[in-house]
Amino acid sequence: MIYREAGQFKSTYASDQALFPIRQDRVVVGLAVAAAVIAVPLVADEYWLQAVLIPFLIYALAALGLNLLTGYAGQVSLGTGGFMAVGGYAAFKLTSAFPGMNVLVAFLLAGLVTALVGLVFGLPSLRIKGFYLAVATLAAQFFLLWLFNKVAWFTDYASSGTITAPPRTVASIMVTGPAATAPVRYLTALAFVALFALVAKNLVRGRVGRSWMAIRDRDIAAEIIGVRPLRTKLLAFAISSFFCGVAGAEYVFLYLGSAETQAFDINVSFLVLFMVIIGGLGSILGSFLGAAFIVMVPIFLTNVPHLLGLAMPVALQKQIELMVFGGLIIAFLIVEPHGLARLWQIAKEKLRLWPFPY
Amino acid sequence: MLELLYGVLVGPVKDMASSPTFLAEVVIGGLAAGLMYSLVALGFVLIYKASGVFNFAQGVMVLFAALTLVGLMERGAPLVLALLVTMAVMGALAFAIERVVLRPLVNQEQIILFMATIGLNFFLEGFGELVWGSNVKKLDVGIPDSSFVVWGVQVNRLELTAAITAAVLVAAMAVFFQRTRIGRALRAVADDHEAALSIGIPLNTIWVVVWSAAGLVAIVAGIMWGAKSGVQFSLSLIALKALPVLILGGFTSVPGAIVGGLIIGVGEKIAEVYWGPLVGGAIENWFAYVLALAFLLFRPQGLFGERIIERV
Amino acid sequence: MTLRRVMIALLAAIVIAAPAAGTVSAQAKEMFVPSTVYRTGPYAPSGTPFANGLWDYLTMLNERDGGINGVRLVVEECETQYDTKQGVECYERLKGKNGGAMVFNPLSTGITYQLIPKAAVDKIVVHSMGYGMTAASDGRWFPWVFTFPTTYWSQASSVIRYIGQQEGGLDKLKGKKIVHIYHNSPYGKEANPTLEELSHKYGFELTLLAVDHPGQEQKATWLQVRRINPAWVYMSGWGVMNQVAVKEAAAINFPMDHFIGNWWSASEADVIPAGDGAKGYKGATFHAPGTNFKVHADIVKFVYDRGKNIGPKDKIGEALYNRGVVNAMYMTEAFRTAMAKYGNKPLTTEQVRWGYEHLNLTEARLDQIGLKGFTHPVKVTCEDHEGSGPVLIQQWDGKKWNVVSDWIQPMREVVRPKLEAAAVEEGKKLGYTMRDCSKEN
Repeated sequence: MIYREAGQFKSTYASDQALFPIRQDRVVVGLAVAAAVIAVPLVADEYWLQAVLIPFLIYALAALGLNLLTGYAGQVSLGTGGFMAVGGYAAFKLTSAFPGMNVLVAFLLAGLVTALVGLVFGLPSLRIKGFYLAVATLAAQFFLLWLFNKVAWFTDYASSGTITAPPRTVASIMVTGPAATAPVRYLTALAFVALFALVAKNLVRGRVGRSWMAIRDRDIAAEIIGVRPLRTKLLAFAISSFFCGVAGAEYVFLYLGSAETQAFDINVSFLVLFMVIIGGLGSILGSFLGAAFIVMVPIFLTNVPHLLGLAMPVALQKQIELMVFGGLIIAFLIVEPHGLARLWQIAKEKLRLWPFPY
Repeated sequence: MLELLYGVLVGPVKDMASSPTFLAEVVIGGLAAGLMYSLVALGFVLIYKASGVFNFAQGVMVLFAALTLVGLMERGAPLVLALLVTMAVMGALAFAIERVVLRPLVNQEQIILFMATIGLNFFLEGFGELVWGSNVKKLDVGIPDSSFVVWGVQVNRLELTAAITAAVLVAAMAVFFQRTRIGRALRAVADDHEAALSIGIPLNTIWVVVWSAAGLVAIVAGIMWGAKSGVQFSLSLIALKALPVLILGGFTSVPGAIVGGLIIGVGEKIAEVYWGPLVGGAIENWFAYVLALAFLLFRPQGLFGERIIERV
Repeated sequence: MTLRRVMIALLAAIVIAAPAAGTVSAQAKEMFVPSTVYRTGPYAPSGTPFANGLWDYLTMLNERDGGINGVRLVVEECETQYDTKQGVECYERLKGKNGGAMVFNPLSTGITYQLIPKAAVDKIVVHSMGYGMTAASDGRWFPWVFTFPTTYWSQASSVIRYIGQQEGGLDKLKGKKIVHIYHNSPYGKEANPTLEELSHKYGFELTLLAVDHPGQEQKATWLQVRRINPAWVYMSGWGVMNQVAVKEAAAINFPMDHFIGNWWSASEADVIPAGDGAKGYKGATFHAPGTNFKVHADIVKFVYDRGKNIGPKDKIGEALYNRGVVNAMYMTEAFRTAMAKYGNKPLTTEQVRWGYEHLNLTEARLDQIGLKGFTHPVKVTCEDHEGSGPVLIQQWDGKKWNVVSDWIQPMREVVRPKLEAAAVEEGKKLGYTMRDCSKEN
């Protein structure tokens, strides 16, 4: 009853093709954005921002990138950690080589470098498919991390072997470095992910996205009707790596502050893949939902004993948390194999009919 | 430039030729390591072959099997009894997995089933640690980890045992799949679930059999690896070392797991010992993957994998 | 259908209720000490005894003395699984709780690197005892970070000095082969520059062999060791790499008494899988192993007999258990030092920092607290947050660790200049300025 679009007429093509054609959608999204931008920094305390929201936004960006590659273009990739590492180290080298450069520009340039690297490691996808490609991208993951470990140039010959985010300001507000406050870093991450989500949404609605989906569903038929597999797949790798590279730069500069290669190891690759699968392959919203699930559920499970007033030994707590987390994943997949985004879609469809059952 | 080429191409080869007994040791060490990887890869192959599921939890199953075995032995059970009970436990686990995870997800896409095994991975990690604790446990199966010298080459007893066990296991698996009725049924199920169902093959029983077999393989792998490094959490990480073996040999081939293991093992060790020092070492991990990738470029389904015929 | 509804309701609950970190108001006479631990995950065999040692010592003080000078210590454990992300989460959740954390022991080099910049901003002391960033030992650049009693660079120099002693003099090292097997991470590489400098100074042939994380398979490394046939092997390992290395060394019949692990590679967990093969394996440490100290008797009496322990009684006195004890001891002695100046009441973090910086642990004091001969006296100053402490060499006899050397001094003249240069580099990266110690009290 509330969610029906009866009475909303479009008189131009542009308005018909808008991202949110239904007025109720626009209102809700507008409110959500306003809440995220205005309410959250005012209300949330530092723990919320630093340990929950900032990693959520950064992982959402990485999941977005991987979703474009795996969900839309159908190329399973386990090299996300390696690509994020490229982004992080590239941003570090850029900011140390050009101290005057705007750090946001450094993020974008780091993304570009990662896109180039992703292009190279995406070449095998022309020959290899499916899970074989996934394991082949692991070569990228391990090689890149080995490279950053081995070649001291990447860490500017630091004796500690780690990269540190230098203090940098944008419009005289400290954005990175130890003095940057959590709300500022949160807003920066939010701005990036919102911008990139918009870009991604438009990409997948347009010709590029459709060619990706064609390759994913029936690549030989796609080739026959003129979709060039070389270009399409490489473009998917490049754009996905761009997103992951920016996410990696943010990971070091806005979240951790200081990183060694271990921060980008294989667990990160798997984690982002889980986010994409749980959230829903081939869905922009799914990337966000999946990232939220994977980031928040463990924290929720860690804090539940405190809330309930139980005093469990930490080891037991962690083990139960793992078991519950695994159980939840299986349960969600049984309930809705196509991920949380599909659940959301079903909810919206039910809302359109509400309060009627059909 | 010429120096660089010399250093990369000629130097290591001269090094190899200069001491053939050492080269033999490296090769034997590589073969042994490769067979240990194959043991783990075998579990993956079994499950993928028969149910089309890439079992992410195989590494944790190896750990869980080893933990159960050692846990029982620590509580006083003799080796044979502990082994039997562990086999029963892995069978029960297979039954539970089929019932809870696989049955509701019949006919879903591969990647969804993969994700379900990831959930299983987390669950077994927590469960294993909860039940058996997180200390390092010594696994003693009566095989000493010492070496003897044969023709100037040092051979390790434990690795020799592992190699022989792996060979026997693979031969048994190969016979099982090719010659027995159940083996044929497994191959039918791997080919097409619905067709197999329609000719009366009981899918659920088959899956329990397969996951139990994978559990058995996990026990053997757990024993071999656990004897080398003690039974602890890191055992689950050897699945990552088995992945290059899988992609080289093909996901669906039992002999592929062995041949792939041997190639990866030897390739890895030779690269690390002779070419590693040029670039600072520790190249084993990514070299294995790059080697597998190189083979894949020529045979995209692995050396022995099923050729997928694509139709429009 | 009901399963679906249950899952959706659960999802909603998670979203609404997620990280409601509870706050507890600060009690009158209490100080809050968070304890980051890793009792689960891949490093649990090393993390569990450490956590137990720390807990037991602090609980013992609470039970026996009612705290420190009447101020009780509130200890809360937080599980990090040695993962940097979870470490950050623990830090953010616990730093403001219960009136504020007094000090943080990150227990992980990765987490330490995260916390070093935050420590100065949040004004909480970070004590990375014998790990973390060696450059942070220069207190002029890193006032809030302490690394005493010694660091990896000092340890490497001490181990070389010990090897020299065993060979009959440092000049006898010329031409000898020494191999450093290290974990391929910044932690493992820490000792390399020092070892390289020493190899030039004393003329020994140094070979560096990296082992890729996690180090489950080290055949290639040990084949190379066999080929090189060194006189001594030094290892900077961690986790399963240690167990596998000890086993591989035994398997190739390497003389175990010429194999020295650093202080994170020489614990009970590392030698158990090798069984008898590990006999003779040596390790570096900065405190004694075993239970022959009055403190341990008190711990049994006041903690275990009262049922306030977390770990099992038979593991008291293990190498890493005692490390937890020594960590707790430094902490409480620093608190006492601060209270001597500021009064016997709950301290502020600034006062705690002063306490750490003016810690002067003497033999007499160690005797007083029941740890006679347990560890070396330490004096922390404004410039020197390392204490430039010596190390002991311990040896595994198949059943327990025994100390087999005297205190071996590090080569301060080699280590300190490099340390100061590194501190300038790291400090400038973070935008710090060097303090002038002569102007401070």
